[in-house]
Amino acid sequence: MNAEEGTALRARGAGRAAPPEGGPPAAGREEEVLERISRARRRGARVREERLTLAHGAGGKATHTLIEAVFLESFRNPLLEPLEDGAIVDGLAFTTDAFVVTPLFFPGGDIGDLAVNGTVNDLAMCGAHPRHLSAAFILEEGFPVADLRRITASMARAAQAAGVSIVTGDTKVVENGKADGCYITTSGIGVVERPVRLSAASARPGDAVIVSGPVGEHGVTVMLARGELDIRADVVSDTAPLNTLTARLLDACGDGEVRCLRDATRGGVATVVNEIAESSRVAVVLEEGAIPVRPAVRGACELLGIDPLYVACEGRMVAVVARRSAEAALAALRSHPLGSQAAVVGWIGDDPPGLVLLKTAFGGTRIVDLLVGDPLPRIC
Amino acid sequence: MRFVDEYRDAGKAGALAARVAALCEPGRSYKFMEVCGGHTHTIYRHGLTDHLPEAVTLVHGPGCPVCVIPMGRVDDAIHIAGQPDVIMTSFGDMMRVPGGTGSFLDAKARGADIRMVYSPLDALKIARENPGRRVVFMAIGFETTAPSTAMTVLRARDEGIGNFSVFCNHVTIIPAVKAILDSPDLRLDGFVGPGHVSAVIGCRPYGFIARDYGKPLVVTGFEPLDVLHAVYRILLQLDGGRAEVENQYSRVVPWEGNPRALEVIGEVMELRPYFEWRGLGFISHSALRMREEYAAFDAERIFRIPGGRVADPKACQCGEVLKGVLRPWECKVFGTACTPETPIGTCMVSSEGACAAYYTFGRFSRERVREATGG
Repeated sequence: MNAEEGTALRARGAGRAAPPEGGPPAAGREEEVLERISRARRRGARVREERLTLAHGAGGKATHTLIEAVFLESFRNPLLEPLEDGAIVDGLAFTTDAFVVTPLFFPGGDIGDLAVNGTVNDLAMCGAHPRHLSAAFILEEGFPVADLRRITASMARAAQAAGVSIVTGDTKVVENGKADGCYITTSGIGVVERPVRLSAASARPGDAVIVSGPVGEHGVTVMLARGELDIRADVVSDTAPLNTLTARLLDACGDGEVRCLRDATRGGVATVVNEIAESSRVAVVLEEGAIPVRPAVRGACELLGIDPLYVACEGRMVAVVARRSAEAALAALRSHPLGSQAAVVGWIGDDPPGLVLLKTAFGGTRIVDLLVGDPLPRIC
Repeated sequence: MRFVDEYRDAGKAGALAARVAALCEPGRSYKFMEVCGGHTHTIYRHGLTDHLPEAVTLVHGPGCPVCVIPMGRVDDAIHIAGQPDVIMTSFGDMMRVPGGTGSFLDAKARGADIRMVYSPLDALKIARENPGRRVVFMAIGFETTAPSTAMTVLRARDEGIGNFSVFCNHVTIIPAVKAILDSPDLRLDGFVGPGHVSAVIGCRPYGFIARDYGKPLVVTGFEPLDVLHAVYRILLQLDGGRAEVENQYSRVVPWEGNPRALEVIGEVMELRPYFEWRGLGFISHSALRMREEYAAFDAERIFRIPGGRVADPKACQCGEVLKGVLRPWECKVFGTACTPETPIGTCMVSSEGACAAYYTFGRFSRERVREATGG
């Protein structure tokens, strides 16, 4: 801010909220301030903290800043730069994902099938046919072998269901207290058989935004399974491999008609559509009433004061599809058991670029911004 | 959820909005303050202002519990959290509130054991399960949350749990509203009255606002249709030349409040002579502390707290925003130096804070948004 601007703002700050006599009208001044904010937001990412906080791992703004200012800064290359779910190298899609969920076992799944499905889904989102996975385990001294067996059995089942094999791995055991029982990292490769170029930067004004099913189930399930809340709800994790669903979708639409696929994991649908808006420099407009949310999930979110749009899914994806193919895409998704409740939830606009807007069921509009960190429950 | 959906119906909202618009005198503008942060959140989350005529402005008041906590108290809490064997427990909202030496999240990253809880009873449970540790609950909030803190202290006493204490920062709503009414730089036409607070204190304490200051106040629920309805009822009063306290939220708020809850607060806590409010300065008889009889559960007595006063950052205009004198975007650091990622002021932290709500939900002009959404 230059000195002159500062003085002008201070003078205004000292007065009343109503526009001062002779000054520009309030709407004009507001625009001016908001323009300055947009400029500030476009400045390069910078990590200001001296130490990481949990917010840096929550998938929101702090995570994006960390990735851009630290990882991308060190590793920058054309394959990494688009920050997609995986990289395409010589016709192969390649991706990796780490899993640190608490509790390890929850209704509808456990860390094992999560670790397989997560990587399978990242490959599927690249338009690839997932083939081979690696699995690395960091285990804590004292961890029950029976629990480990339960996890590996679940991984084997998930791998079979997704049609992938776990072909290499690694094991480390660390001292008691140095890990939360069991951490798993999986990497995967898949074959790109279709001439697709899916990218968060490919959304165009007019495109339809589709979600493949009800949102927020995994996140709410895990939150409730921690037992810290005295809330019981009939909800299970949606963890599932999406590769056959994406294959059906891509088969049903012509080349280039599916612009982008993203699984709505950490940060939920809201975070994914924000990434699309930012990468494609477009606006995303969502219809609150069209977004499928199971009543139990909605109820739990209401009680906690959090927004299901930001809650993680592990078996749902967001698809951006050319408008003329939207109906075919929806029909293809709905013909699959994992997409039976797929819905068109919005569309791509051109202004304001980088922004997600929500038309509320109440008939109003609001911004859906990236969160800084985890959604924090409100107190009253 | 069907019960909730009724209060979020776009058709009903449109019909009520038309009646609101019809009540506005041509050429007159109206400023109503929603005192409570929960209402601010509702207004932004549902895009309620889209249903209001240009003549009606909603001004966001001081009722966001974390927004009014001064930096010195955050530092005191972080100091307590750093003492040997302490587990500090706090509501999620509080985790990112900056003190002079960072926030709870920063302190946690430096190694302090700070845990998020959803109720003071969760904190008591942690105390029960960790007898070798000293568990402190960071108590914040208005009369809404004070009864549950007080109940928890009573339960700790009854169960003989000696390793539990409360760092009491509870505040009371009436002195804050009075401070705002006495503020010379503010012109308000009426109040959207707090909902949950009123469920405890009832509607009677607001009488002076209508009687002495001539402003209508409508106690209001937290669904968007509630708030729109309150705006309608305030306008109806103004139209009829009345200034009264009305209860729109009678499904939850009894006129007399909840005597049992007030009794519990009174049993465990007493008014402080004065307390500092973020941005508003010291307000007399505006906060609660633990009574002498409950000293064993009072973190302020158990731990030697620095009790330092940290001046609000010069650039921060939280006070003007909390009083409704400035709209969030009129603060000189809004959105540039002060953002939800790097909040300078507390209003930028909680989703109930006026600045954070405006930044994350309502940053763009109505015209631009209307055009973008094709509505």
